Amino acid sequence: MSPESAAVLDPAADARTAAPAAPRRTRPFYWSVRRELWENRSIYLAPLGVGAFAVVGLVIHALTMPGHMPGMLGNDPAAAGSASVSYRVAALLMLATSFVVGAFYCLEALSGERRDRSVLFWKSLPVSDRTTVLAKAFVPLVVLPVVTFAALVAMQLTMLLLSALALLVQGVEIAPLWRELRLFRMWTMLLYALAATALWHAPIYAFLLLMSGWARRTAALWAVLPLLALVALEKLTMDTTRVLAAVSYRLFGWYGEAFALRRPERVPFSSLASLAPGRFLGTPELWIGLALAAVFIAAAVRLRRLREPS
Amino acid sequence: MACIEARGLRKSYGTTVALDGIDLSVEEGRILGLVGPNGAGKTTALNAILGLIRYEGALNVLGHEPWRERDRLVRDVSFIADVAVLPRWLRVSQAVDYVAGVHPRFDRAKAEAFLARTDIDRTRKVRELSKGMVAQLHLALVMAIDARLLVLDEPTLGLDILYRKQFYDTLLNDYFDGSRTIVVTTHQVEEIQDVLTDLIFIDRGRIVLECGMDEFESRYVEVMVRPEHVTAARGYGPLHERQVLGRSILLFDRADRRPLAALGDVRTPSIADVFVAVMDGQDAGAAR
Repeated sequence: MSPESAAVLDPAADARTAAPAAPRRTRPFYWSVRRELWENRSIYLAPLGVGAFAVVGLVIHALTMPGHMPGMLGNDPAAAGSASVSYRVAALLMLATSFVVGAFYCLEALSGERRDRSVLFWKSLPVSDRTTVLAKAFVPLVVLPVVTFAALVAMQLTMLLLSALALLVQGVEIAPLWRELRLFRMWTMLLYALAATALWHAPIYAFLLLMSGWARRTAALWAVLPLLALVALEKLTMDTTRVLAAVSYRLFGWYGEAFALRRPERVPFSSLASLAPGRFLGTPELWIGLALAAVFIAAAVRLRRLREPS
Repeated sequence: MACIEARGLRKSYGTTVALDGIDLSVEEGRILGLVGPNGAGKTTALNAILGLIRYEGALNVLGHEPWRERDRLVRDVSFIADVAVLPRWLRVSQAVDYVAGVHPRFDRAKAEAFLARTDIDRTRKVRELSKGMVAQLHLALVMAIDARLLVLDEPTLGLDILYRKQFYDTLLNDYFDGSRTIVVTTHQVEEIQDVLTDLIFIDRGRIVLECGMDEFESRYVEVMVRPEHVTAARGYGPLHERQVLGRSILLFDRADRRPLAALGDVRTPSIADVFVAVMDGQDAGAAR
């Protein structure tokens, strides 16, 4: 937050202008989200860490194989393509990190405050259970994708800058590198992929939130074990794997639904033509998932409201 | 106007009855002490008043039904459960920012002024503060909220005596203005004796004594009886009798002070003395 907005929220400033009895305007949702970021610094540290890791990897690569990387990016177009692959691998790694961070965040979000009894402090303030739970759901659904995108852009710009520097030192032209990478195209795709995964994974996050609010302890076990049991039961009794397929579809299905990679419309992944937002939005499973997410979140709100302090 | 009004307030957990039909009326501007042994139902009563638990019976706090209208009630009520509930990862500055950001009646300047009088470093996290400092921080936050009802559940539990004394001094001098209502539970009864305007003893989910402190002082009298007068003193029907250093101390309820003064040294008992007397009477009654 900027110092200016802090001044706006300064009640002392308000008190001088308004009558003391007049309640100040508050922003419970905004502050609830900020409070989540204060507590869970991994939300932004993990993506930044992975980004830094990738940059360090590139530097080590450049240092241990001098001449290899710049030459690779310089003249041979096929090799330059592989440079863009390493950018994409780093991006995928960050998407995966973002999912893992979001899942663990959700599992802790409603159980942590009960465990340390701080829920009694939060509930002593005029922030409704709905605002609190929505702010917690907002983190994996909106904050994490945005943070991940920012970290990705920062990482790729740093990588690009370092490569360009290395090339310049060697006196190699940097234009081919720029041409091959097409950053803005990549960013468009990343933004699309991040939005698609957030929507697709919404029921997973919401389910984990609900489990976190419901389970007295070990919310992770309660979230995972019943599913595993179902998978095993189905395999043993009917010798089918439909549950497993459904889980795996929920985890990875976004890729096939949001991008036109299947025949007959098969196009290269790197092309913007591979984006299929229309088809993605027309996927019934997306909307079923979102409806489930809404139900889970509503249940989590209700549970936090009704749960009595122990 | 009554700040808290309860009729037949009941709460049970399974077969355990925590509140067994409590009638209660607390006027605005009072400082009520809720005193009772562990498991007497003090915290349950406070949780019901705060809308944190379901209950049976009628309960009205500041014109609201706490359980159903919690979201509206919480604007007018401040509450310290005990010193351990501030999240340990929270920085002092963040705590102030957050409460300022969500509470319409929070006066940031006031909170800053309270904090300035302490040794609390604003960049510290709660986990890095001493227990006394955490209590000071919580009190600073709560006192800067212009609430009509302040509920304190064992607010000084585990604090050393300096902090405890300071806690109630600050509360009285800088917060209480005669129009707010304060409800406090504590084990350190002697420390709140001069603070309270009203007193309630609660045992096994029932109110066993309810009186104003003015009444308390005129009603109860303790006599350190000279050995030769013990039998005579017993004739006045003491509530309780105990031996201290070989001398009998008799506690009377609504007794005439003048004849008693002839039998020994007369003084107003502490809340703790009356508490012990009343609880012993309860146990005797229960055993019968």
